[in-house]
Amino acid sequence: MDILLKGGRIADPANGIDAESDLLIKDGKIAQAGKNIKAAGAKQVDCKGKIVLPGLIDVHTHFRQPGREDEETFITGSRAALKGGFTSVLCMANTSPVIDNKGVVEYVYAEAAKAGLINIYTAAAVTKNLDGKELTEIGQIAAAGAKALSDDGKPVMNAEILRRAMEYAKMFSLPVISHCEDVNLSRNGVMNEGALSTRMGLKGIPRASETVMVIRDIEIAQLAGARLHIAHVSAKESVEAVRQAKKRKIKVTCETCPHYFTLTEESVLGYNTSAKVNPPLRTREDVEAVKKGLSDGTIDIIATDHAPHSGEEKDVEFDFAASGMIGLEFAASLVNSELVMRKVLDWKGVAEKMSMNPAALLGLKNKGSLSAGADADVTVFDPARDWTVESGRIESKSKNTPLVGRKMVGSAALTIVGGKIRYENGKFS
Amino acid sequence: MAVLWKRKDLLDLESLSTQEIEMILETTGSFKEISQRPIKKVPTLRGQTVVLFFFEPSTRTRTSFELAAKRMSADIVNIQTSSSSLTKGETLKDTARNIEAMKVNMIIMRHSSSGAPHLLARSVSPSIINAGDGSHEHPTQGLLDIFTIKEHKKKIEGLNVSIIGDIAHSRVARSNIWGLTKLGANVTVCGPATLMPPEIEKLGVKVTYDIKEAIEGADVINMLRIQLERQGQSLFPSIRDYSMSFGLDADKMKIAKKDVLIMHPGPINRGVEITPEIADGPYSVILEQVTNGIAVRMAVLYLVSGVKERGE
Repeated sequence: MDILLKGGRIADPANGIDAESDLLIKDGKIAQAGKNIKAAGAKQVDCKGKIVLPGLIDVHTHFRQPGREDEETFITGSRAALKGGFTSVLCMANTSPVIDNKGVVEYVYAEAAKAGLINIYTAAAVTKNLDGKELTEIGQIAAAGAKALSDDGKPVMNAEILRRAMEYAKMFSLPVISHCEDVNLSRNGVMNEGALSTRMGLKGIPRASETVMVIRDIEIAQLAGARLHIAHVSAKESVEAVRQAKKRKIKVTCETCPHYFTLTEESVLGYNTSAKVNPPLRTREDVEAVKKGLSDGTIDIIATDHAPHSGEEKDVEFDFAASGMIGLEFAASLVNSELVMRKVLDWKGVAEKMSMNPAALLGLKNKGSLSAGADADVTVFDPARDWTVESGRIESKSKNTPLVGRKMVGSAALTIVGGKIRYENGKFS
Repeated sequence: MAVLWKRKDLLDLESLSTQEIEMILETTGSFKEISQRPIKKVPTLRGQTVVLFFFEPSTRTRTSFELAAKRMSADIVNIQTSSSSLTKGETLKDTARNIEAMKVNMIIMRHSSSGAPHLLARSVSPSIINAGDGSHEHPTQGLLDIFTIKEHKKKIEGLNVSIIGDIAHSRVARSNIWGLTKLGANVTVCGPATLMPPEIEKLGVKVTYDIKEAIEGADVINMLRIQLERQGQSLFPSIRDYSMSFGLDADKMKIAKKDVLIMHPGPINRGVEITPEIADGPYSVILEQVTNGIAVRMAVLYLVSGVKERGE
C-alpha cells in the first residue's frame, strides 16, 4: 500500500531539506517530497508536529544470535529496533560461534531474513575467533555480504595485524571498526578511573586506555591508506584526537553512544551493575566534550552499542557483572532530550548522525536519505510523546539498562521499513 | 544519647553520620568490659543466628567476629568458600537467599569484590555486616582503630593520623579515612605513587610519597600490610625497594613524636613494612587493636540486631 505522510517536518540532510512537507511512499520506495501532495488510495498519516527522518541506522548492535538466544534474537532485537525508530542495524561479530567466516555470515543473513522485520546487516571479525592473531578470510566474508570488519568487544592489540587487515579490507571497500582499548591499561578495570573508583574501591579504566589506541589506530589508518571507524568514543581526549586527525585529512570516522552524552560515572553508585559498560561511563567533562564533538562534526555517528545481557549476568558482584546496556529503544528519545532540546544538534544533524552517515559508512547506497527512488525506510518521531522507561515494557529480551524509571521526552511514532509500516504508536505489524 | 540506631546493615563508614560513629564507639566502651570478666558471656543475642559468610581466607577478623557473637550468646554458623561466582554454579544472591530461607538474623560477610555486601543488603532481609569487601571498606577495622586511638588520646579531633603503605588496595585505609575525617582528624596517606589510588585527595586527605613527612608530627601511624603478591605486578620494583622507602624502622622513627601510637591491622610482614623492634616496641598498640576488635564487633552486632531499639 502507498503511504502519504502529511505535514511532518522533514529532516533530510542528503537533500539539504529541513522543512514542513508531505512525503509519498510508493512501491517500497520514496516517491516524492513536497507540499500538498495528493495521492488517491494511499494510506494517509497525519504527521503534523512530528519529525520525518530517513530510517535510523544503528551501526553498532549486538543481537546475540547465534549463541545467546536467551538474551536477544533477530526477532526480539528487531522489535526493540522498530520501537526505537531504527530500520537497519549492523550486528557485531562477537557471537558464539564468532562471525568470522563466510558460513556464519550466510547463517546470519538467512536467519535475519526469517525475522523479516528490519534490515539486518552484519559485521565480521577482523581476526579469527577475535583472537587478534590471524586474519579472517576477508575476501569471502565481503562476498557473503558483511558490511564492516570488527573485533568489537576487543581491540586488535597487534598493530601489524591491524595494519594488514586495513590494507586488505580496502580492496573490498570494507571499513574496519576499531574497539579502542589498551587492555594492559584497562586490565581488571570495571569503571572509569578517578575519585569515584577510589571511593568505591573498584579498579578503574583510565581514559588513556581508550585514547592511546585511538591515536595508534589513526596512525595505522594513515599508514594503510584505509578507512577507519572508531567505535563508542567516550573520553574527552579521544574526541580531540579524532578532531586533529580530521584536520590532517586522515580517513577516520567515529561514533558515540547515547549513554556517553547522557550519563556519567555517578550512575554506578551503589554498585549498580546496569550502568557497567565498556568503555565505562565517564565524567561530566567527558559528556560535554562528546556533545561538542557531535556539534562540530568530529563525531559522525550516534550508535547504540545495544548490548543485551541476562539478569543472571548482571545481578552479581560488580566485578563479575557483564559490561553493556541495551540501547535501541531509548536512543532517539535521549537524542531529543539531550541534544536537540539542548541545541547541540538540529533534526537535520540528527538525521545526518543516525541515518545518512551510518549509510555512508556501511556503503548502503539506497538508504540514509529521502531522495526519490531511495528505499522507503522512514522514521517518524513525535517529540511531544513522553513516556517512562519500565522494565516490563521493554521489547528487548534483556532488560539491562540504568534508565529504568527515567522520564523520556518524545518517542518514535511510526517506523516504516521498505515501504511497510512495521510499528505505529505502540503497535507492531 | 538522643540518636537512635536505625540501620539494618553496617556496610561502610562513608555513609555513617558522625553521631552514628560516636554511638558505636560509646557502645563499644560498655562491651569492652565483658571481655575482661572471668565469665565472658552475656545473653544479649540469645536465640539469634549469625552466619559468618567468608569468601576470602581470614583468621583474625573471622575469629574476632565469632568470639563477639559467642560472647553475646548468638548461635553461629561458618561458611567459608572461594570467592568467584563465575566458577561456581550458584550466584552469590542465590546462596544468600538460601541462607535467608533458613531464617537467620545476621550475615557477616567478607568478599574479595567491592560492593558484594551492598548487593546482599539489597537482596535479602537479614542484617548484613561488612567484614571487608575488596578494596572498598572494612568498617569494623576502621572503628576498632578509631576506638583504640581514642582510648589513648582521649579524642580524635585535631589529631594527625598517617596511614602508610598500599593505599590503593586497602579497605582498611578507606574505612579509617572516612571515620577519622568525619571525627575531625587530619589524615595523611603515604605510599609509593603506584599504590596511591587516583584523586585520593578528594577524600579530604593529604598525600605524600615521603615517609618522613608522614612520620613527623604524627600522633598516630597506621602501617598497612603490603601484599607480597603485588610484587611482579609492576606496582613496585621489589620488596627490598619498597621496604627501604616505606618500611618503618628505628632510624625513621627518630623524628617521630615521643607519644606516637604505632598501629597495624595485621597480619604483619615483619621486616617488610615494619621492623620487629617497632612492632613490638613501646609505641605499638597492635595487640590492643585486636582486643578492642571484639568489643567493637559486639557493639556493632548489638546495634544492628535491633535488640537495643526494641528494648529487650
